[in-house]
Amino acid sequence: MSTPASSIAKRRAAAPHTSMFLRMLVRAAVLRRGRAASALLAMVVAAAVATAMMNLYVDMQAKLRKEFRSYGANIVVVGKDGTSLPPDALQKVETTLGGRGVAVPFAYVVARTANGQSVVGVGTDFERVQKLNRWWSVSAWPSGTGQALVGMRAQPVVSLEGKPFDLTFQGRAIHLNPAGTLQTGAAEDSRVYLSMPEFLAWSGVQTTTIEIAANGTAEEVNGVVSRLAEALPVAEVRPVRQIVEGEARVLGKTRATVYAAAILIVLTAALCVLATLTGWVFDRRKDFAIMKALGASESLISGFFAAEAASLGAVGATLGFIIGIGIAAWIGRVNFNAPVVPRFSVFPVVLAGSIAVALLSAIVPMSLLRRVQPAIILKGE
Amino acid sequence: MFARLLYESFRRQKRRKLLAGVAITLGVAVATAMIAVATDIGDKINRELRSYGANLLVTPQEDTIDVEIGGVNLKPPSDGNFLSEADLPKIKGTFWRHNILGFSPMLPVNISVGNPTHSQDATLVGTYFAKHLTFGKDQFTTGVRNTHPWWKVNGSWPADDSSDVLIGEHLAQKLQLHTGDTLTLAGQGYHIAGLLSTGGAEDGQIIAPLPVAQRLLGKPDAVRRVYVSALTKPEDALARRDPKTMSGELWDRWYCSPYVQSIAYQLQEAIPHSHAEQIRQVAQNEGTVLSRIKGLMLLITLAALFASALAVSAAMATAIFERRREVGLMKALGAGNLAVAALFFAESTLLALLSGVTGFFGGSWLAYRIGRSIFDSQITIEPVLFPIIMAIAVVVTFAGSAAAIRRAVKFDPVFALRGDA
Repeated sequence: MSTPASSIAKRRAAAPHTSMFLRMLVRAAVLRRGRAASALLAMVVAAAVATAMMNLYVDMQAKLRKEFRSYGANIVVVGKDGTSLPPDALQKVETTLGGRGVAVPFAYVVARTANGQSVVGVGTDFERVQKLNRWWSVSAWPSGTGQALVGMRAQPVVSLEGKPFDLTFQGRAIHLNPAGTLQTGAAEDSRVYLSMPEFLAWSGVQTTTIEIAANGTAEEVNGVVSRLAEALPVAEVRPVRQIVEGEARVLGKTRATVYAAAILIVLTAALCVLATLTGWVFDRRKDFAIMKALGASESLISGFFAAEAASLGAVGATLGFIIGIGIAAWIGRVNFNAPVVPRFSVFPVVLAGSIAVALLSAIVPMSLLRRVQPAIILKGE
Repeated sequence: MFARLLYESFRRQKRRKLLAGVAITLGVAVATAMIAVATDIGDKINRELRSYGANLLVTPQEDTIDVEIGGVNLKPPSDGNFLSEADLPKIKGTFWRHNILGFSPMLPVNISVGNPTHSQDATLVGTYFAKHLTFGKDQFTTGVRNTHPWWKVNGSWPADDSSDVLIGEHLAQKLQLHTGDTLTLAGQGYHIAGLLSTGGAEDGQIIAPLPVAQRLLGKPDAVRRVYVSALTKPEDALARRDPKTMSGELWDRWYCSPYVQSIAYQLQEAIPHSHAEQIRQVAQNEGTVLSRIKGLMLLITLAALFASALAVSAAMATAIFERRREVGLMKALGAGNLAVAALFFAESTLLALLSGVTGFFGGSWLAYRIGRSIFDSQITIEPVLFPIIMAIAVVVTFAGSAAAIRRAVKFDPVFALRGDA
């Protein structure tokens, strides 16, 4: 690097062909800024749209699954033949889940009210049940000891005007304060819910049912079911078909629609690139003719145009990937209130696709031009 | 002269016109298909969401509380009030009858099943499987087969007028009963048509046609509750308001919107002495899932429109840019900027209209295919979509051409003719 002249000479000596090749590539892009920019723009837009759609398609399922979990439990664990579950059942379920879901214990007894009416008393964990069954409409959650959550329809039976009431089970009574009412439109409306420790101290009945909302794909949920069955041989573990099948159906249809849309959009984008790039290569037939007239071999010219198309594809794919990730993140934020996580595994696909389309759009005009004499092109006919 | 220029331009430059035309056709086709799918997806997904089962429950007004654990009723079933089976077809006479996709009455009866050595208490539920009913001139079929689509039968579904029954798979295992066996209840034999698997409480129950349960209970015409599956509109601020506090006009709007609350209200009106309520697990979650999917499709449609607009503009820009020499010649012969621009715009418009029509029909066909293969039903294309799509096609083609035309017109004819572009 002593003098510029000698360094240039050295470089030329080292790789004369490469340097000329690169120079032609760069100059071609610089001199015809307008055309190059419009070809690159088409490439970038196509790559961006393709990236956004692929990212969205992969991430959409995870996002929608999260929404579907608000339907509540998809797995139920019950004691065989109506017996209670072992005391460590909940702990075992938690270990199997490994934090990927919510498990809520329930224990049921038929209790009697002061005037002899039967009502179902349920022991549960209020904190967990709030997370599991978000559709429960509760006026106020119990917060202290001796408080109960009373179902809409059970309320007139156990406690008119919200007064404290007694429940009896096998001769043992418990005094309860109604903290609030519960409305679900289903069986829960006829029950009285109290916290698990109080329920256990009163009735002595252990957990009979554990309801689980397990996150993940259908296969993952099936895996959880079989692992639970292994961990708890005394219990019966079954998926809630109403929830699992409904989810699979809606998700499957949505996925298929987004997939069809993604294919259409990517195809349009690719065709847009094909049209623009074909024009751009065709437009340079004079360069082609001059190179040929100056004695360049067919393979060198083909290599040159291919390299040009490939570099355009690569640059366009990289820029488009960045923009596409931005679009996907924006859609995620607007629609799901959570950004779509960028998937870098999409990048090689987009890159390969872009280069392939770019090469394809170079091949068509090239094969047309090859058949024509350079003189005719240079004459401008 | 203008018309001749236009005509010759199309006649002599078939390849270029075809290329631009194909781009516009494809762009318009994708836009049409996506708009059609996006406008219809709400309805389609709403129907799919019905596979979660009923979202409304009708019970007698003065109902006593259920004492039920794990699907076993622990209360004398003759207790309490009943609805009348004869009133049920009136559900199809309510304002939102077309939104009610099906309903299933349920009548649980406590019975004891098994052989003399081993007998056990179980619940038999009488219901409709796929019952044909008539209300006025309307004929319809309803029952658990459309309100509870996750119920699977190993064997065959019983007919509603037979005395065949289904037995839950757990109960069948416990009693060692199989399809084709005879089940003895209250001294009478019932043929088991199949084993039922639901993953819920029904696995430990016996499901029978409604008349069988009514006979066992000794109460003809009695129904304990009715599950109704209805297409609803996601809840909004108006839906959550108490209808009793609404003014006349607001109340009309509430009544005439398919909210789950207003359909419940109309069911109460239709069936005497009844109380209808939403099943919150199903009804409350539908809205969120539906709006998420609709939002997703809307945004994807925007992306599709954007992509097709760009494809069209790029094709037009390329097509015009290639014709600099022509512009140079026209200008050298004395044509004004206006005349040149007018010719190009006329060409673009013609191209947009021709390709737009093809694209619209291509897009309609695409939407039809998508509807058929994904949802097994047709996606309706609103006729109003046609002028909108055509307008979009023309505007986008214009916008795409405008920049290229401006550049072409500004060009010095000398350079253009020498080919130093």
